[in-house]
Amino acid sequence: MQPPLPDGIVAFVKRECPTCELVVPVLEELSKQLSLTVYTQDDPGFPQGIEARDDTSLELSWHHQIEAVPTLLRVEQGVEQERVLGWQRGEWETLTGVRGLGPGLPELRPGCGSLSVDPDRAPGLAARFGASQLRARRVELAMLEDEFETMVARGWSDGLPLVPPTPERVLAMLDGTTRKPDETLALVPPDLVECSVEKVAINAVMAGCKPEYLPLVLTALEAACTDEFNMHGLLATTMGVGPILIVNGPIRHALGMNSGKNALGQGNRANSTIGRALQLVIRNVGGGRPGEVDRATFGQPGKVGFCFAEDEEGSPWEPLSVSLGAKPGSNTVTLFAGEGPRTIVDQLSREPDSLARSLAVNLRALYHPKLLLGLDCLLVIGPEHARVFREAGWDRAKLLERLHELLQVPGKEFVRGADGIAEGMPEALKDKTLPKFRPGRPLIVHCGGGAGLFSVMIGGWAGGELGSQPVMREIRP
Amino acid sequence: MMRVLLDPTSETQPALRARLPRLASLQGRTVGLLDIAKPRGDIFLDRLEERLRERGAHVERFRKPTFTKPAPVDLRQEIATRCDAVVEALAD
Repeated sequence: MQPPLPDGIVAFVKRECPTCELVVPVLEELSKQLSLTVYTQDDPGFPQGIEARDDTSLELSWHHQIEAVPTLLRVEQGVEQERVLGWQRGEWETLTGVRGLGPGLPELRPGCGSLSVDPDRAPGLAARFGASQLRARRVELAMLEDEFETMVARGWSDGLPLVPPTPERVLAMLDGTTRKPDETLALVPPDLVECSVEKVAINAVMAGCKPEYLPLVLTALEAACTDEFNMHGLLATTMGVGPILIVNGPIRHALGMNSGKNALGQGNRANSTIGRALQLVIRNVGGGRPGEVDRATFGQPGKVGFCFAEDEEGSPWEPLSVSLGAKPGSNTVTLFAGEGPRTIVDQLSREPDSLARSLAVNLRALYHPKLLLGLDCLLVIGPEHARVFREAGWDRAKLLERLHELLQVPGKEFVRGADGIAEGMPEALKDKTLPKFRPGRPLIVHCGGGAGLFSVMIGGWAGGELGSQPVMREIRP
Repeated sequence: MMRVLLDPTSETQPALRARLPRLASLQGRTVGLLDIAKPRGDIFLDRLEERLRERGAHVERFRKPTFTKPAPVDLRQEIATRCDAVVEALAD
């Protein structure tokens, strides 16, 4: 509840502000002529000669979003009508209706920062006065309890240390979005629990995110909890797949994401924590825990969190997001159900067809050379391989088309029992020629940096409507 | 000063429900067989159907659209209203 302001003219001041000192005669004059209430932020004895109210707790200043002192407000029936920041004679005269204020004073003098927005104090004030907007259960720690051990003992951790989600940190995290803390985002599988922005913020704090990452995490969660992406299936499958987040648009730079050297690896805070935050929400809110609904036989390290940015600037092609229908220049995240990266080495191909053949023979082996069509794939083209295609004028469609041609497999090679291997496609298909992937696959993205005539393939999961489809979403602030 | 952390979980508890009593006999009872759409689940269920019929059960067959997603609510409701018991098959 916001504590109300008294009707009439209200001023917020502090002694340590020279502009507040300057306007003391004006405040004295106003207090004689109309109903004036002065709140002082630092010294209840200031200003002398006027009966000031004590706001050293900064409760009123915080609740009424006072940003500078002096701030002058006009209040009617408890509702603020207008406010002026700093000393501005004309504005003060308009607001108060009193002419000839401060005759010896300059026309205007900017004020000072309000103590309620002081960076050292604001988080504590937010926790003290703003915590009422938080709905999550408050877990009080005993004096000798180690907060890091407690979080692990309560089952909140993916196995790595977590940042303690204090009300201060969660409120600071919530500042990263314009969405309300109690907005419901999605039903999170497997328990299909309604998840609020606040719960995502708590998990994002624990994952190590900065507040500016939150919109991306929120959007990724919405994408993950769609029927198309099928997060439930990703958990329940015995395969080692998890959600992979691919980020496009200017937000990559705004968040300082890595799309260059070691883009798929460790060492960048945004890359490392955004994917982790999504996985923590699925664990803690959705109840998707390994060994329970998560039935992965092996899993893979990327299930802690797997997020990277596309190198759009160095790419010979339009961004992945644009190829999927996004507006150029928009901020998007695309979720792909995938396992770990596996490098394809070709250091000798300088002709696009040779390189396409190289990629194709490797892609053919994905999961099993005799298993076709069921499983998806993400192909990450490195800069030195991309150069070969750029110089030859191959666009994405041309590469996809060539890969599709090269990945046609005759029945005698893939049928069960062929090559003395029981695994394979059903006998009924033996007279057919089938492609390794469904049309439009593999999904192609460009990243990586520095030297290395490499690309990377990332195995997907059951594709199409009956499995998981990539889901792209525009990132809302 | 009291340190406070905010709970990152759903703050929900699963409801515990008692299991239905076991059927004393299969004679004249309806048993649903749910194929989850995994390869060769049908082979397993065909055999199970034979055995159940031998024991006097009436058998109804159901199938999930895909094994990758939970059974649709309608399908679960249909099984619950029409069957006295159900066997859900996993196969590969």
